[in-house]
Amino acid sequence: MRDIEAPSTAAAMPNPAITIENLGKRYTIGHQRANGDGMRHAIEGAMRAPLAWLRSRRDKRLQEADFWALKDVSLEIKQGEVVGLIGRNGAGKSTLLKILSRITIPTEGRVRIHGQIASLLEVGTGFHQELTGRENIFLNGAILGMPRAEIVRKFDEIVEFSEIGEFLDTPVKRYSSGMYVRLAFAVAAHLDPEILIIDEVLAVGDTAFQKKCLGKMGSFAQSGRTVLFVSHNMEAVRNLCQRVIWLKDGRLHEDGKADETIEAYFNSISNELSFSFANPDYGLIIHKVVLKNELGKESSQFRPGDDLVVEVFYDAQKRIEKPILAIGVLGINGSCFTSNMLLDGHWPDFLEGPGQITCTFRSIPLLPQGYTVKLSVRAENVRDLIVAYQEVAYFSVVGDLADYGYKGEFLTWAPHSTPVVVPYEWRLPDGTTAAVALRRPTFDSADHISSDLGDHPLTASVTSALQGI
Amino acid sequence: MTQLLIEAGRTERQYWRDLWRYRELFYFLAWRDLLVRYKQTVVGVGWSLIRPLLTMIVLTVVFGKLGKMPSGGLPYPLLVLCGMLPWQFFSTAMSESGNSLVTNSSMISKVYFPRLAIVGSSVITSFVDFLISGVFLIVLMLWYRCAPPLTVLFLPFFVLLAFAASLGVGLWIAALMVKYRDFRFIVPFVVQFGLYISPVGFQSSVVPERFRLLYALNPMVGIIDGFRWCLLGAQSDTFWLGLGISVIDVIVLVISGIWYFRKTEQTFADVI
Repeated sequence: MRDIEAPSTAAAMPNPAITIENLGKRYTIGHQRANGDGMRHAIEGAMRAPLAWLRSRRDKRLQEADFWALKDVSLEIKQGEVVGLIGRNGAGKSTLLKILSRITIPTEGRVRIHGQIASLLEVGTGFHQELTGRENIFLNGAILGMPRAEIVRKFDEIVEFSEIGEFLDTPVKRYSSGMYVRLAFAVAAHLDPEILIIDEVLAVGDTAFQKKCLGKMGSFAQSGRTVLFVSHNMEAVRNLCQRVIWLKDGRLHEDGKADETIEAYFNSISNELSFSFANPDYGLIIHKVVLKNELGKESSQFRPGDDLVVEVFYDAQKRIEKPILAIGVLGINGSCFTSNMLLDGHWPDFLEGPGQITCTFRSIPLLPQGYTVKLSVRAENVRDLIVAYQEVAYFSVVGDLADYGYKGEFLTWAPHSTPVVVPYEWRLPDGTTAAVALRRPTFDSADHISSDLGDHPLTASVTSALQGI
Repeated sequence: MTQLLIEAGRTERQYWRDLWRYRELFYFLAWRDLLVRYKQTVVGVGWSLIRPLLTMIVLTVVFGKLGKMPSGGLPYPLLVLCGMLPWQFFSTAMSESGNSLVTNSSMISKVYFPRLAIVGSSVITSFVDFLISGVFLIVLMLWYRCAPPLTVLFLPFFVLLAFAASLGVGLWIAALMVKYRDFRFIVPFVVQFGLYISPVGFQSSVVPERFRLLYALNPMVGIIDGFRWCLLGAQSDTFWLGLGISVIDVIVLVISGIWYFRKTEQTFADVI
């Protein structure tokens, strides 16, 4: 049923679109044995001692460790609301989406969904490598629940959106990954449900196409339909959603206005000490990753041109020879810069026992935006990852760009363009030159330090710290 | 407005309505499998004809010429082909649908649709192959100038029975395979073994009296005998017994298959 009138009625009288009551999902740890072992175990047990086996089956639930991926989650989403769902990996976001999408069932509680629902947990589900783009559009559409007639009607629109043009009749195995993703998203983007659930689909494709996707989702949201959007990209969440739900350890941690919840989320993450990654095979534990400014103070906020100090606290319980660290800083549009021991060759000879490795990025040339810090540790053989490349910290760059040589009425656009700015200089036809730099004026030369004192409370402390050295 | 209730420990009420809504998916998935099956092959769809032809020759030589099994006055190749078509349909459907959920695991863990569509479409794919191979049977019957008797009117019933048997077994194996990959090894074995305990290369009448009841428990016995009865008018001694048991087998298989499939379906995404 396609209810085109839904948006206007929803605006007048916001009925619930999704009602979640005491939702819980339990997974049993240790339940998944190696392939094939399952049946042998079951049969052997049943044959050898039928009674004991039956009894053990009954008691099994008690013996195995239970893990609640989701617990006591209750919330209501009104029609026409665009809601962001955030939280760390393993907080229960995916589980919630899987339940809402009917991929798996809850262990307890219930969900009521009012209206046609579609979910995009991954683009390109069901794409077949051997089939052509045209064939895959039909197949993928059918899997996503689009009737054939509807696919036929929207076919041209889908092809146009995907920008694959002449490759329509080429098997998708010959596509570049970008084309593949564009086609996949194009099909999904033309689903027309009343409620849409989206998970991180923007993590793919090139920048231009990501923006296009974001635009499509924005227009979908503006048309008054209900959207539940899950992402680690806080800027995208902030741009799209009015309300944000924060899940933590399977429970509803906070539910409120987008800006406030994201702010609280950022603060919590940067203050979180319990965070750790461990690789038992190598005996390496990363206790925490701390971001500090040039004063050595922990911080999650920096200004353009500040130094960014990333401190990695580890405990090598076994001796690890020549570990290779890589630290990357990522913005809305992807990677900004990295430090990589593989490239620069400065890896330690070995790690043993607890310790720390620090990397200082000098005068980060970044525009105000939210950023993610990722970390990976490779083994000596380069091939094996001890710690997979993953998010370890977040920070935001704040500041008034006017202070850094930027001016004009389009200033608000700046953070949405490429975030890295190196000093540059224009030379115009009439011979005039204009220099632009993101560096703080105070750091241009020593002379300026004294003259700028007092202008900026922060600069003052920087200078005094510098004078103390 | 559509309303949906997702609740713990409860099967969805709108299951069959959903199945209807997604009916086109059966077609699309079967269409995909057929398209993909013969891509990058030289002979293409010809394989649907070559496979039964070669098997028929081998079985005719082994059972007819070397084993000197009675043919009841019928051309042995025709006898073999009549048994082989339903058997190949059943065995292909069983292995294809058995593997189907595992092969499509990425779909299962990422998007909702009635999972029955995957198994159903595998059976449909095998059924299309069966129809193509059927052309070969018609050619062979013309060659031997063998007109089918009036009983040919009952053929659709036996085709339906074969389809239902394939679906019933397919549902069981597919659902079991999700949890126990052992079936990956069991199925080829059953297919190989089944060829010898089903009347494919021989007629049911050669089976000794005292084994007949046990022999007839195999659902394919009644179905294959039925095919021969419809197409060649050959009626074995155990025909009615075999048919009766086969019908019961198939009903039990389909009902229990759907029951087990639906019972486990909701946890597929967690287990697969």
